[in-house]
Amino acid sequence: MKTLPVGRNAVLVEVTTSEEAVSLATWARDRSLARDVVPGAATVLLDGVDDPGALPDVLAAWRPTESGPGPLVELPVTYDGADLEYVARRWRCSVEEVVSRHQSVEYVAAFCGFAPGFAYLRGSDEEVPRLDTPRTRVPAGSVALAGRWCGVYPTESPGGWRILGRTDAVLWDVTQPQPALLAPGTRVRFHDATTGFTRR
Amino acid sequence: MTLEVHDLGASVLVQDRGRRGWAHLGVPRSGALDAPAAALANRLVGNDEDAACLEVLLGGLGLSSDADIWTAVTGAPCRVEVDGRPREFGAAVRLRAGSTLRLGRPEAGLRSYVAVAGGIAVDAVLGSRSTDTLGRLGPAPVGLGDPLPVGRASGAPAAADTPRPPLPGPLRLFEGPRADRVAGDALDLLCRTSYTVSPDSDRIGLRLLGDPLPVERREELPSEGMVLGAVQVPPDGRPVVLLADHPPTGGYPVVAVVAEEDLWQCAQLRPGETVTFTSASRR
Repeated sequence: MKTLPVGRNAVLVEVTTSEEAVSLATWARDRSLARDVVPGAATVLLDGVDDPGALPDVLAAWRPTESGPGPLVELPVTYDGADLEYVARRWRCSVEEVVSRHQSVEYVAAFCGFAPGFAYLRGSDEEVPRLDTPRTRVPAGSVALAGRWCGVYPTESPGGWRILGRTDAVLWDVTQPQPALLAPGTRVRFHDATTGFTRR
Repeated sequence: MTLEVHDLGASVLVQDRGRRGWAHLGVPRSGALDAPAAALANRLVGNDEDAACLEVLLGGLGLSSDADIWTAVTGAPCRVEVDGRPREFGAAVRLRAGSTLRLGRPEAGLRSYVAVAGGIAVDAVLGSRSTDTLGRLGPAPVGLGDPLPVGRASGAPAAADTPRPPLPGPLRLFEGPRADRVAGDALDLLCRTSYTVSPDSDRIGLRLLGDPLPVERREELPSEGMVLGAVQVPPDGRPVVLLADHPPTGGYPVVAVVAEEDLWQCAQLRPGETVTFTSASRR
């Protein structure tokens, strides 16, 4: 673990993996170490810290194994996305096999970005490149892949990810105390859209 | 009590002190770009500093109220008129029911702030009434004819506020986490270069034109958290100072951070104007 100064009131903590970043972010949030605790792919930003100089000593008490698994969200998906066949060609398999591989992974929300409530879901080993030219309009609920990430568009927006299908689940609701369904640390599984949607 | 907007200039947005604590969900902080000017406008009409006011880009706003109300205009200095008669800029101004307050085009700067006693009382989203131009949270930009609800006035207008408006100067820089991505001393290179403001600048970032920084084209950084005032350097070497509506995570290296007290200047710099940096630790 390495701490890097970010101006006067923030510190960027480098860890080695996304698992560690989520674990450290949860730990730091539980202890209210900063006004904003922002996990990245392999870092945690602690922003709004009164005494950044004191942080390294405080952080020394964190153990990567301390926090358990996050809550599990199961999302029903209708697999009718525009890029399903492209992904099948890319992975040299059938469309059915793409769906089956997508459903076999337990994803974890690593961090958010791009849009409010948009979580970068890690867990897959397989890659797909982004579109060369992003679509100007991707509907809310679109389930998509880019690189090794999976993501679900929380609101309608432009986007360059490869769309597998769509879900009716509400990903983003500002009237809820927890507005994002897929906050960092949340585990996500996808299944066919016939068996409903549960949040545990 | 309600305000009615009769004339709009380039852009009018509702802004308060912004949305903090949601960056981990991808929510920008938002809020008035010239925070000290918005705070002064609020003090002048007796509001606390959390009240929402109007951020007016390049003047041109005309509005009236359905009841007598205290108002104040701060930020980019501009002509202030009520029913065609000049009124003081940077002071509490009484607006009678049915009269029209107008802002001229500022002679310098970009953003003027209009506070009204009681604050603009549109519904708060995640604890803030600010319009977030990136994440599209909060109220839509103010439109022509839009009624704007006003809250209950909580205090008396400040008859004689004696603020010391901050003075413009070089933007003070602190060390950033990825300074090592620049060949040489990043802070020193930034301080020795004279930049001009790009017309692409907005509430998300102040984009700077000038000699490109020798940023190393190593592998792209995995996404990491970004702070307000971060000086980000994309592969073209032209720095961007992240402002209130910046994305909370990003992949370009942050080589320095502008002192928060100096960020108000980024709200007021016009395209083509000069920007210089200095080290915050240099005396």
